[in-house]
Amino acid sequence: MSSEAGQAAAPDRDILGPIRTETMTLNMGPQHPSTHGVLRVQLELEGEKVLDCRPEIGYLHTGIEKNMEEMTYNKALPMTDRMDYLAPMSNNLGFVLAVERLLGLEITRRCSYLRVLLTELTRIQSHLVWLGTHALDLGAMTVFLYCFREREAIIKIFEKVSGVRMMTSYFRVGGVSREPYREFYADCQKFLDDFPTRIDDYEELLTDNPIFRGRTRGVGVISADKALAHGVTGPLLRACGIDYDIRKKEPYLAYEEFDFNVPLGEAGDIYDRYRVRMSEMRESLKIAVQAIEGMPEGPLMADDPKVVPPPKELLATDMEALIHHFKIFTEGYDVPAGEVYQVIESPRGELGYYIISDGSPSPYKVKVRAPSFSNLFSMTEMVKGGMFGDVVAALGSVDIVLGEIDR
Amino acid sequence: MAWFAIVLIKILVAFGALLLLAAYMSWMERRVFALVQVRYGPNRVGPAGLLQPIADGIKLMFKETVVPSQADKFVFFIAPALTLIPALAAFAVVPFGDTVTLFGQKIDLVVADVNVGILYIFALSGIGVYGVVLGAWASNSKYPLLGGLRASAQLISYELSLGMSLLGVVMISGSLSLKDIVAGQADYPYIFLQPLGFILFVICMFAETNRTPFDLPEAESELTGGFHTEYSSMNFAVYFLAEYCNMLTLSAVAATFFLGGWRGPLLPPVLWFLIKIIAFMFFFMWLRASSPRLRYDQLMAFGWKVLLPLSILNVVVTAVFIYLLDS
Repeated sequence: MSSEAGQAAAPDRDILGPIRTETMTLNMGPQHPSTHGVLRVQLELEGEKVLDCRPEIGYLHTGIEKNMEEMTYNKALPMTDRMDYLAPMSNNLGFVLAVERLLGLEITRRCSYLRVLLTELTRIQSHLVWLGTHALDLGAMTVFLYCFREREAIIKIFEKVSGVRMMTSYFRVGGVSREPYREFYADCQKFLDDFPTRIDDYEELLTDNPIFRGRTRGVGVISADKALAHGVTGPLLRACGIDYDIRKKEPYLAYEEFDFNVPLGEAGDIYDRYRVRMSEMRESLKIAVQAIEGMPEGPLMADDPKVVPPPKELLATDMEALIHHFKIFTEGYDVPAGEVYQVIESPRGELGYYIISDGSPSPYKVKVRAPSFSNLFSMTEMVKGGMFGDVVAALGSVDIVLGEIDR
Repeated sequence: MAWFAIVLIKILVAFGALLLLAAYMSWMERRVFALVQVRYGPNRVGPAGLLQPIADGIKLMFKETVVPSQADKFVFFIAPALTLIPALAAFAVVPFGDTVTLFGQKIDLVVADVNVGILYIFALSGIGVYGVVLGAWASNSKYPLLGGLRASAQLISYELSLGMSLLGVVMISGSLSLKDIVAGQADYPYIFLQPLGFILFVICMFAETNRTPFDLPEAESELTGGFHTEYSSMNFAVYFLAEYCNMLTLSAVAATFFLGGWRGPLLPPVLWFLIKIIAFMFFFMWLRASSPRLRYDQLMAFGWKVLLPLSILNVVVTAVFIYLLDS
């Protein structure tokens, strides 16, 4: 029967020739609502199936690292916010810690605690943006607006404490740019009190939602080995079940004094990344509460007049202070020759600052190890063989910031 | 002659109201979203932002019509109309009120009482798919192409369950005319006899109108707008309007088949009908505000492996019950 049908169809095929099929190359981005900035992803599609995925970067190149070489350390600092603009405080922190290590400068305990508090708020803020945009990528609009409402509360605190909403540049070498305002702790406390119920709301919208689970469970999986091979860090790596958190492994600031857990996943899929980040927000909350409760008394700025600018009010009365102020803001300060690699746990993973100093007031070389960069290129592994909709879901779960990738 | 005039007036009133309602649904959607999302929504143009749809319409009219290079121009322009016209025309058989007597004339508040009304609706909603697919194809662009492919697969698969889910009501009422079906619900609405059919129909309704969680042909975050990515100006507005008209028409069908159509106590019939439609529309918006989107393969699996068997089961169970009750 089937052979007869085949014979009958044979003449037609001779005329038409063999049916030719092609895969489709789709350029997703640089202008696309879900590429989180100006990323271009080249996709090789067969219908809805993804055969290959190549992220292309470079559309947001700013030359920040190179520019830093021309600046004094103080002037280079505001450049760091512009890299990962969703986690400005973490970027400031990495840079100032590196410079402080080069200088051999001890910061005060109160300053350590204040920095911990603010970087943990930054982590919450950054994760909120991730959650909102990730949910938006999956089609759930409302979560996005809820997340931005909470983020706004944190941003307002940042604005009041540093003067700027996003590009805070609040941490300075040897301390912070100024004393926190009077109601700062009360504002933080108020946010921290409200926030747990808000997270519960988000979880209610997503965690047990069958559609959300269907879109994320077992999707965009990357194995622990592959993740390590790609240099993946942060929540992505922890979602694979690898216990690697720099706050625990190489504590900086005063993190060893804080009691918090490192949430881990198992499957390494999008859902686990979601769970890890949600728990991380709760852990950050715990750390922030501890930081406020245990905030030590005492001076805020390190005691080194060559590096730390004198208080503003002294400038009108104290000759020495005026000279120091002038010197620090014009010439900067000499940093002993040497090199340093300082890592911190940014919301996206291992953020490293590699700085070489030749003894002059500006760095000889700055190289940033951006977590988003390594994380982004693990995406190919996640989406190959999946559906087109998974690309968007996986990209959202990686949580990239293009400013940090291209630098 | 009088008959002709009455029909003409009915057409004008019904379609005018439908188009106006569709435009105002965009306002309502934005207000409902704002309500859910702790925002204000449009509240500047006119009282409570009520003139916003008109302002939007005027704005869209003055926008430049961009046609992609090497697009099939004829199809590109005809496609939006091809979705809007069936969406409007399908409404013709839906009775929106009881028979009224005006100036000594008995007037049925339905544009056309077709005795195979429901088949007519399905036929037209089948044609509506062409507008989406052709528009996507004619754009000569990759995102619309993917959107169009999704649309054709999705709409065809869900059309089956959509039809099947209504079959139970048709079997009970014994008529394909929507007027008779409303008449059959004088005592109680069919939702009590066909709860499963109702649920299935509402789910298919979402898929038929490309609404979240089944908005894959548009899927803004994946396909940047899907089939209407390349559309601008009034062409886009027509697609937009067609989507809302489709939602309204299907809401009207759902109200007619399961909720007793225009029937209701105290309030005038037309008002009841409107209330039921708007309740459905609110449900559309509510779900869009709170639900993520399915993936393409999940959508197809859900349609073929869950909805279709269930709707067939519904038909079989209904048939058995009718047979047992009759004998």
